[in-house]
Amino acid sequence: MEKKATRDSYGEALVMLAEKRPDLVVLDADLAAATKTGTFKKAYPDRFFDCGIAEANMMGVAAGIASTGKLVFASSFAMFAAGRAFEIVRNSIGYPHLNVKIGATHAGISVGEDGASHQCNEDIALMRAIPGMTVINPADDVEAKAAVLAMADFVGPTYMRFGRLAAPIFNDAATYKFELGKGVQLKDGKDVTIIATGLMVAEAIEAGKALAEQGIDARIINIHTIKPIDRDIIIKAAKETGKIITVEEHSVIGGLGSAVADVVTEECPVPVIKIGVKDVYGHSGPAVDLLKEFGLCAENIVAVTKAALGR
Amino acid sequence: MDALLKKQLEIAATKVRMGVIEGVHAAKAGHPGGSLSVADTLTYLYMHRMNVDPKNPTMPDRDRLVLSKGHTAPALYAVLAQRGFFPVEELKTLRKIGSRLQGHPSMGKLPGIDMSTGSLGQGISTACGMALSGKISSDTYKVYTILGDGEIEEGQVWEAAMFAAQYKLDNLVAVVDNNGLQIDGKIEDVMSSYPIDEKFKAFGWHVICIDGHDFDQIEKAFNEAETVLNKPTVIIQKSVKGKGVSFMENQVGWHGKAPNDEEYAIAMKELGDHLAELEK
Repeated sequence: MEKKATRDSYGEALVMLAEKRPDLVVLDADLAAATKTGTFKKAYPDRFFDCGIAEANMMGVAAGIASTGKLVFASSFAMFAAGRAFEIVRNSIGYPHLNVKIGATHAGISVGEDGASHQCNEDIALMRAIPGMTVINPADDVEAKAAVLAMADFVGPTYMRFGRLAAPIFNDAATYKFELGKGVQLKDGKDVTIIATGLMVAEAIEAGKALAEQGIDARIINIHTIKPIDRDIIIKAAKETGKIITVEEHSVIGGLGSAVADVVTEECPVPVIKIGVKDVYGHSGPAVDLLKEFGLCAENIVAVTKAALGR
Repeated sequence: MDALLKKQLEIAATKVRMGVIEGVHAAKAGHPGGSLSVADTLTYLYMHRMNVDPKNPTMPDRDRLVLSKGHTAPALYAVLAQRGFFPVEELKTLRKIGSRLQGHPSMGKLPGIDMSTGSLGQGISTACGMALSGKISSDTYKVYTILGDGEIEEGQVWEAAMFAAQYKLDNLVAVVDNNGLQIDGKIEDVMSSYPIDEKFKAFGWHVICIDGHDFDQIEKAFNEAETVLNKPTVIIQKSVKGKGVSFMENQVGWHGKAPNDEEYAIAMKELGDHLAELEK
């Protein structure tokens, strides 16, 4: 299966977008080479503005540009975009509901060797707590590109999370359609539901296959829009399968798992078992090894699912 | 400055000050001190200099102003009301539930507000964004932003200052309202941001120092700023916190306190008498 990092998809999507949108402006905070806004910079140097290592100012600048009606994407690593600049995102972008797209790359522990300071496992928690913020975590190249193009047309503050590690491409570019706020059922099932987001969707698909071989019929759902989350697909899964496993490259606090649990506990309480980073910091290492170590892999999804079903 | 214009501005500024006291008293909350120290410059900008149209508050080529020291919203509201963006009577709704006059400026709620502010240090960044946007599309609008001398203790202000110089934002004029006081005391006792002029110079800005209550100096400064190319300008104005109300002048305590009925009466009498003098 072909693989591609969604940060690469992001950079390419910006170039595709530039052709359609002459009002597009892209900002970065000295990380253009890594976030891949550098791809846009190379193609459209007049529309790219480096803000240097000053993320708070960058987000304010983005707000100011958006207030004049231009389409603006602002990028940095998730740690700095959502973390360091959190209050500016909340007060200068969120509160006035300005049309700023935050393209945050290097989310999660798949950042790898840089280690804990750079492995942001809290960004989804932070961003979903901001009223009016749309939070998107695309799973692969096809979804990432489609999401960027779709969100350019959408008017409102948006946080989009991309990864450093090459992700398997499982969506079909020819037929894929990005629908904001809609979960995607990749596989039907009746024994249990596995809900995944971002990098973990491909792992969930693998887990689904392995479980099937062991006689467990798991429903697999991809949630790319964490906020506003697709309540209907989640409630349906809770009612029809009775148990949910969530998987995310993020803390078990405040991310996809919490968002799913929020829906389920109100409407149709069923056990929601969260696979994610268990309230610890990451550490340095090759991304693939780290993902295995932290249980963010098909193998662990299978194990947790079987345990949840008492098998 | 033309004598008649100056008189008109002094009259307008006095009305702005009355609007500040009205609002804060009615709300029983708010920030009179810093609102009063910045009243003259705000009056000059909105009543005389800025290209704005109350009938068309969002016209794309308008001049913009970001009140980075957003807590002095009472002054901004008072001058916007006088300029015709909304009725002067509405000033009494300041900070009340359902009011368009939020405690700190909220864009989208009230016509004439170009950016939501309140959290210090953020407005200047948004002003930089507006100015950059203007440069990108070769627009001719000017962007003004007003900061406090305590506010410049926020690191983000200096991120923005670097940015403005880097991108040669000569369509941006910042004003630092140097009234010398912050909440916990005098600037130099809490966290000295001095020397303000040297700092901005070092960051590549053109610096002009004035008396923030002298309309001649105010006009001269903004005229000078207009001639500066390839760098942003900062006007550092020495001002008196609480200016115009005798018992508030230079008092730390009047940063964020509303006058009671007695104090309100005294303040309004002082301002009213001053207005009457001017209007003779």
